[in-house]
Amino acid sequence: MSERIAAAWRVLPDYLGQHILLSAAALLMGLIISLPLAILAIRSRRVRWLVLAFASLVQTIPSLALLALFYPLLLALAALSQSFFGYSFSALGFLPSLLALTLYSMLPIIRNAVTGVVNIDPAILEAARGVGMTPRQRLLRVELPLAAPIIMAGVRTAAVWVIGAATLSTPVGQTSLGNYIFSGLQVENWVSVLFGCVAAAVLALLVDQLLGLIEAGTAKRSRWRVLLGAGALLAGVIIAVAPRLTASSAAYVVGAKNFSEQYILADLMATRIEQQGSSVSRSEGLGSVIAFRALARNDIDAYVDYSGTIWANVMQRTDSPSREVMLREMGDWLRRERGVTLLGSLGFENAYALAMRRDRAASLGIHSIADLAQHASQLTMGGDLEFFVRPEWQSLQTHYGLAFKAQRQFQPTFMYKAVASGDVDVISAFSSDGRIAAEDLVVLEDPQQAILPYDAVVLLAPTRAADATLRQALQPMIGAIPIEAMRKANFMVDRDTDKASPAAAAQWLAEQAGLTHATQ
Amino acid sequence: MAQNQPKNLASVPDAVISLDRVAKSFDGGKSFVVRSVSLEVSKGTLLALVGGSGSGKTTTLKTINRLIEADSGSIHVDGTSVQAFAPYALRRRIGYVFQGIGLFPHLTVGENIAITPRLLDWSAASIAARVGELLDLVDLPRDFEHRSPKELSGGQQQRVGVARALAARPSIMLMDEPFGALDPLTRDALGREYRKLHEQMGLTTLLVTHDVLEAVLLADRIAVMRAGEIVANGTPQELLRDHSDAEVAALMDMPRRQALRVRSLLEEVAARE
Repeated sequence: MSERIAAAWRVLPDYLGQHILLSAAALLMGLIISLPLAILAIRSRRVRWLVLAFASLVQTIPSLALLALFYPLLLALAALSQSFFGYSFSALGFLPSLLALTLYSMLPIIRNAVTGVVNIDPAILEAARGVGMTPRQRLLRVELPLAAPIIMAGVRTAAVWVIGAATLSTPVGQTSLGNYIFSGLQVENWVSVLFGCVAAAVLALLVDQLLGLIEAGTAKRSRWRVLLGAGALLAGVIIAVAPRLTASSAAYVVGAKNFSEQYILADLMATRIEQQGSSVSRSEGLGSVIAFRALARNDIDAYVDYSGTIWANVMQRTDSPSREVMLREMGDWLRRERGVTLLGSLGFENAYALAMRRDRAASLGIHSIADLAQHASQLTMGGDLEFFVRPEWQSLQTHYGLAFKAQRQFQPTFMYKAVASGDVDVISAFSSDGRIAAEDLVVLEDPQQAILPYDAVVLLAPTRAADATLRQALQPMIGAIPIEAMRKANFMVDRDTDKASPAAAAQWLAEQAGLTHATQ
Repeated sequence: MAQNQPKNLASVPDAVISLDRVAKSFDGGKSFVVRSVSLEVSKGTLLALVGGSGSGKTTTLKTINRLIEADSGSIHVDGTSVQAFAPYALRRRIGYVFQGIGLFPHLTVGENIAITPRLLDWSAASIAARVGELLDLVDLPRDFEHRSPKELSGGQQQRVGVARALAARPSIMLMDEPFGALDPLTRDALGREYRKLHEQMGLTTLLVTHDVLEAVLLADRIAVMRAGEIVANGTPQELLRDHSDAEVAALMDMPRRQALRVRSLLEEVAARE
């Protein structure tokens, strides 16, 4: 326990710093955009309706979806900008997070600014006109100062929302306190999850109190309150940002999708690159499709993907050739179409497989997916969050005509719990997952080969195709990792008791695969 | 009376405020709050515009500093059309005091008084001197300068309101029921004090009130409005005598009848003693 807390503390400066930087930037952008909009909305009833309707609409979009939607949007914009101005930018990480959170911060600021000004005593406004103020002077000398406490209350609400929602920027590749939560959730490290939640809550409370001090200061016209609150906030941002300005950015970025095996392999790759004397940063918890796009755009330099995923999702192929043919065609296609290098297969497969509890399968006499299809109408199927929209599920349905009584989606950790406890009968397991053995599950045979091979392959970004450091660090991993070792490493991280960190599992895996001294 | 109006007006010399056939509708011409008002206020005159609620007196007043824009007719101050000024520039030349007072709650008493000079970019030194002068003028202690308006009584607040209106030395004052919300004693005191200021500073004042007694006691001239038109215009003495319009006569007779009732009460008390 204390080891895990210590591990969480070690990355706190990085996570917290990035979280503060992102939140502060989003809030500042929100203010810069919202205040002029609010002023327009104050002057015109029609604009007020439009602006508030838009801001409310944004608010109804779940924040995770809003963050995710900005990624394809920015990709398209980056492509446009590339073709028109020859300049491109990263659609991953900071930018989509910033834009989504900025939009998210707008409603409370605009609504409070409008309410604050509209509710000013009409006698005061009449006096402001009567003494000869221009509309601009009325706004700056009377309306805004009088509405300031209410506007500040709106800024407070926005700040708390933004700090909370910023934890959701992890899946689009932005480091934040959400990294504790997302990675903790994947590897069932509840200490990490709790740590992330508490850190975000403490940050939100602290900022809320400081903004509250400014709010009280504007209401009571107490300059020292405003200065103290603003000073403390500014100091916080500077402390968070300063190390980022001096620290040179890492030479390499290693990506990882959002499950234990990916964290372990990313750690293994990162360690090996560091052993070559280069700095490495990690972009973890990426969505499956986002990871490949990020690599193709050079936002990340290397990561591990699975042949079947690339074949079906990226290449949009529906045929299923043999493993060797697939790897060869894929390597050619990736280089030709995307400039991506397929360095090679690690030596194990992490395929989608349908798995059941051994006793349940035995009692129903199910050995293969074909047997399963006979009983499917009485059974419940559990899939991970993306399984039911993946081509593999399509393929299983067309090959076997599977139709279950019910389908449920789980975060993978909970999916294994659900099948073990009997909440669901069948799950979409991963063949390299240590929990298959641990929970005493059987993997059902696939006689019609509906599911493609899923060899774990190392991919390199287009700009890194001939990178000596990267090749030297990663080449020895090719063909070096047997399935048994990977399963055990995965289970070390996933098991309920005596959990290892992904770094410890990576270390163990390196020793098993004879990789510890290979690069010396 | 109404048909005599133009003749009366033509006789007013050196008009500082003049309205010629001013009309205003708030519903696009279906009904007129102000129908056709012609009125002149000569230099140094305190003219009271009296009439019942909805008679159009406040609307008429506000067309002069363009808080309300007239639909038709022409309005001149000091011989210049009000349309020749930007509204804000016009208002800086004209003092405006109204029932709502409207002191700025986020500013001190001193800052409230200084607002128009500050808009006119007076020097800090002359603003500071002017604020002290005005506090003396409206009979408020000088240390009120740094107080918040919230700490003042209603009467004190309206003294600040008057000081604020006078700050940039306007020659014209527009007052809309200025003392209407105050208790009778304060109201009487402020009325009399304002009359003194008016004379002392050579102001030209248009005072809107529904209180005939106040009009009779303070004004040099009284104009009576009804349904958007001026139905009588003259000195208090003239209007008290003139019985050509029954309603105007009844209105102007109010103070006398009240005084008679009070006198008979006093006589009863005296007889008993």
